Amino acid sequence: MSTTLLNVANDLSRRAFLKNSAIGGGLIIAMKWLPAKLAAAEVSPEFAPNAFLRIAPDGAITILAKHSEMGQGIYTSLAILIAEELDADWAKISVEAAPAAPAYAHTAFGMQMTGGSTSTWEAFDQMRKAGATARGLLVQAAAQKWGVDAGSLRTENSAVIAADGRRASYGELASAAALLTPPAEVKLKAPSQFSLIGKPTKRIDSLEKVTGRGVFGLDVKVPGALTALVARPPVFGGKVKTFDDSAAKKISGVKYVVAVPSGVAVVATGVWAAKQGREALKIDWDNGALAMFDSAKQKENYLALAAEKGANARKDGDTTAAFASATTKIEGLFDLPYLAHAAMEPVNATAHVRADGVEVWAPTQFQGVDALNAAKAAGVPPDRVTLHTTLLGGGFGRKANPASDFIVEAVEISRAVGVPVRVVWLREDDMRGGFYRPRTVVTAKLGFDASGKLVSWENQIVNQSIIKGTPFEPMMIKDGVDSTQVEGLADLPYAIPNVRVDYHMAPVGVPVLWWRSVGHSFTAFVKETLIDDAAHAAKRDPIDYRIELLATQPRQIAILRLLKEKSNWGIAPKGRFQGVAIQESFGSIVGQVAEISIGAGGVLTVHKVTAVVDCGTAVNPAGVRAQIMSAVVYGLSAALYGEITFKGGQVEQSNFHDYQVVRLPEAPIVETHIINSGEKMGGVGEPGTPPIAPAVSNAILAATGKRLRTLPFKLA
Amino acid sequence: MKLSINGNAVEVSAAADTPLLWVLRDDLGLTGTKFGCGLGLCGACTVHLDGEAVRSCQTPVGLAAGRSITTIEGLATGGKLHNVQQAWIEQDVVQCGYCQSGQIMTTTALLRKNPHPTDAQIDEALAGNICRCGTYEKIRAGVHRAAELAASGAKKGTE
Repeated sequence: MSTTLLNVANDLSRRAFLKNSAIGGGLIIAMKWLPAKLAAAEVSPEFAPNAFLRIAPDGAITILAKHSEMGQGIYTSLAILIAEELDADWAKISVEAAPAAPAYAHTAFGMQMTGGSTSTWEAFDQMRKAGATARGLLVQAAAQKWGVDAGSLRTENSAVIAADGRRASYGELASAAALLTPPAEVKLKAPSQFSLIGKPTKRIDSLEKVTGRGVFGLDVKVPGALTALVARPPVFGGKVKTFDDSAAKKISGVKYVVAVPSGVAVVATGVWAAKQGREALKIDWDNGALAMFDSAKQKENYLALAAEKGANARKDGDTTAAFASATTKIEGLFDLPYLAHAAMEPVNATAHVRADGVEVWAPTQFQGVDALNAAKAAGVPPDRVTLHTTLLGGGFGRKANPASDFIVEAVEISRAVGVPVRVVWLREDDMRGGFYRPRTVVTAKLGFDASGKLVSWENQIVNQSIIKGTPFEPMMIKDGVDSTQVEGLADLPYAIPNVRVDYHMAPVGVPVLWWRSVGHSFTAFVKETLIDDAAHAAKRDPIDYRIELLATQPRQIAILRLLKEKSNWGIAPKGRFQGVAIQESFGSIVGQVAEISIGAGGVLTVHKVTAVVDCGTAVNPAGVRAQIMSAVVYGLSAALYGEITFKGGQVEQSNFHDYQVVRLPEAPIVETHIINSGEKMGGVGEPGTPPIAPAVSNAILAATGKRLRTLPFKLA
Repeated sequence: MKLSINGNAVEVSAAADTPLLWVLRDDLGLTGTKFGCGLGLCGACTVHLDGEAVRSCQTPVGLAAGRSITTIEGLATGGKLHNVQQAWIEQDVVQCGYCQSGQIMTTTALLRKNPHPTDAQIDEALAGNICRCGTYEKIRAGVHRAAELAASGAKKGTE
C-alpha cells in the first residue's frame, strides 16, 4: 500500500471511498449480507462487550486482531492499545486473528485489510475505546455487586478495587458485566496517564513462534484436504494449449489433474506427490504477447517513452527555461529493477467449496477484497464466504492483492475437484509468480545558477502502473498519473523554484504490485542521491545542504540534526565512509546514515546504519526499532542483490541462489533513535526501507567518487 | 519404515527418497518445521539428525530411518523451554517467525558443539538461515543469551 492511499484515506470520508470504488460497492453488499458472525456476542458466559475482545470467567482475555500479523508486531500493538484502557493483566492476554467481517473494516479505508503502514494509527482510537468500554462495564458490574458508586472504584491489573480495599477480578465480574449495556461514550486516558503506550513492550506472539506451534498458511490442517501444485505458464499472459496428464496420473498419491484459469493443477495427497505429478505433466503452452519480452529491450523502450510527453505530476515554475539557462547541470539516468517480495512463506491458500458456500484459510493482508473475489470464484453470494486469516510468514505487500490471485486459484481448484484443497507454491512458483515491484526508469535534470543555487529539478518517471486495471483506479490514477508511482518525487520537499515531475505509464503485461514502501522504494533513491549530487556540486556538507533546503520542514531538520550527532557524522573510523538519506513516507519520516567500507575486489560492507524516526507517537518503541531494523535489511537486500529479469519472456531467477538476500554475516548493526514529536501518527512498517539504498549509494560516492544510479549496486 | 522423532517411534509408509521435510509436515503433521526453498538454501527446514543440524528438504527419509530425529516440537522437554527458545523470547527476536524454527534448531546444534561462540562463529554457523524480516542482529544477541543461560544452568547443576 502507499502513502497515496493513506492520503486518499485522509482526504475522503469512508463513505466517499466506498461510493467511488468498485470494491467499496461490493463491500456494502457484503456488509448487509454477511451474517453478524461476530461469534463473540453469541458465546456466553464470556464477557464480549464488542468485536475486539472477550474475557472468560477464568480471567483469560482474548483479543481479536483486525489486522494480519506478518512480523510487524501488530498483534502486540493492538493488545497494548486495548490493555492500556482496560487496565488488563498483560500476562492474561492472548491474541487471535479476527474473522473476516464488517466489524473489522479499516477505519480509514472501509474494508478489512492490513497495509500502507496504517494499522496502528487507524486502530489507535478504536482499540482504546474497545478497552475502555469493557473496563467501564466491569466497573459497573463491581459497583452493582458491592452496592457502591462506580465513581469510587478504580482498576488495575485485571481487577476492580473498591475504596475499602475490596477487590474483584475481571474473571469474577465477567458474567455479570456481560448482562450490562455498553455506554455510547467512554472517556479515554490522557497521554500522561499511559502506562503501556510509549513504553517498550516485548512481542506477545513469541512463545508460539519459538515452539513451532504458530499456524501459518501452509500449516493449516483441514480434514480431508488434498494438496495441489499448479503448473503455470512460463510466460506471463500465456495459456495452456493442450496437456497430457497420463504420466502424472500414474504417480502414487496423485488424485486429480484439472485445468484451471491459471494453469494445470495436480491435486495429490501431499506436496511431494503433487510435485512429482507436476513434473510428469506434458503441457503445450501458448506463450502469448510477452513471448519475446526481454529486460535489455525494455530499457530501450522505456528510454524512448521518457522522451515523449508524459502526464504531469508536479509543476512549479518553468524547468525548461531554468535548465536551459543553468550555469551548471547534472543529468542522470536511473534504472531500478523488478523486485520479488520473496517472503519466507511463499504464497498459498486452502479452500473448501461446498454446496452452501466456501471456506478459505489463507495468509492474507486483504480480507475485504479476498472475501468478494472468493465468492465470485466459488459462484456463491458474499455472505457464504468464511475466511480465516492465519499467521503470515512475511507479507511485504505480496499478500495484499486486488486480484486475490492465490486465493482465487485455491477456490477454483477446490470447486473443480469437490474436496478441500491446499494450494502450495514452491519457492520457484512464488519467485516466478509475478506481482513484482515494477521495473522503473527515471531520468533527471538538475540546473544551478551562476551563484551555485539549485534552481531547476526535473524527473521523467517510466514504469508500469500498479493501480491500472484494479478497483482502485478511479481513486488513485488522475490524468494519467498513478499517484503511487510518483509519491516521494511529486511531493519533493526541497525548496527549489522550478520543479517538474512527469509520469509515463508503460503498457507491459508483467503483473506488478506494491512492494514494501511502494513508490518510495525507488523515488527516495532518485531524490536522495540527486540532492547528494547537488550538495557535492555546491561543495557543501550533505546534511547541512539538506537542512538549508528544508527550511519549512522542522521535523526533517530535527531528524537530520539528531542523525548528525548520533552517527558521528564526518568522523567515521578510518577506511569507513558515510552516506545520508531522508524520506517522508506513510505519515512518518526516517533519516539514515549508512557507514560502509569497500574491500578488495569491490566488496561492499555496510557496517552500521544509524536511523532516526519521527512517527508522531511511538506506541511500542521496541516494535518501532524492530521495524526500522527489518526495513533496513529488506531494503539492503534489494540494493545489493534484488533483481528480477526477463529473457525470452521468462523470469530468469528462481530461488535464493539467483535471487540473493542479505544473510546474517552481512547484516549491519541498526541503531534507531525515536523522536516523539506528538505530530499526527504515521506508520513504521515501510518508512525504514526507502532511505537505505540512497544512503549506501551516497556512502559509495564518498568512498569512490563514483555515483551508482542502477540497482542492484555493481561495484566491481 | 520406522522413524524415531522427538523420542517417539513412528511408522511411516513414504517412499525412501521422499524428503524428510514432507514426511514430517504432510504425513506426521509436524508443521513446526518450515518449507522455504526446497534446495537447502534458506535453512527454514532445519532439524537435528543424531544431534547434527541438517536440512530436512535435502534429507531423504530413508537416510533418517533408525536415527534420532529432533524437530522444533521436541526441543522443550518436561514442559520447560530449551535455553535457546527462552533466550529468543527474552531478546524479542522473532518477527513473522516463519524462519525461526530453523534458526533455533541451527543454534541449538551450534551451542552443543561450541557453548560460547564468538560473533564470527555465529555468523558462520547461521549464514545458511535466511530471515526476510531481518532479525539477524537479534538472532546474534539471542545466541549469546542462550549461551549465558546454558552456562548459568550448568553452574546451578553443579552446585
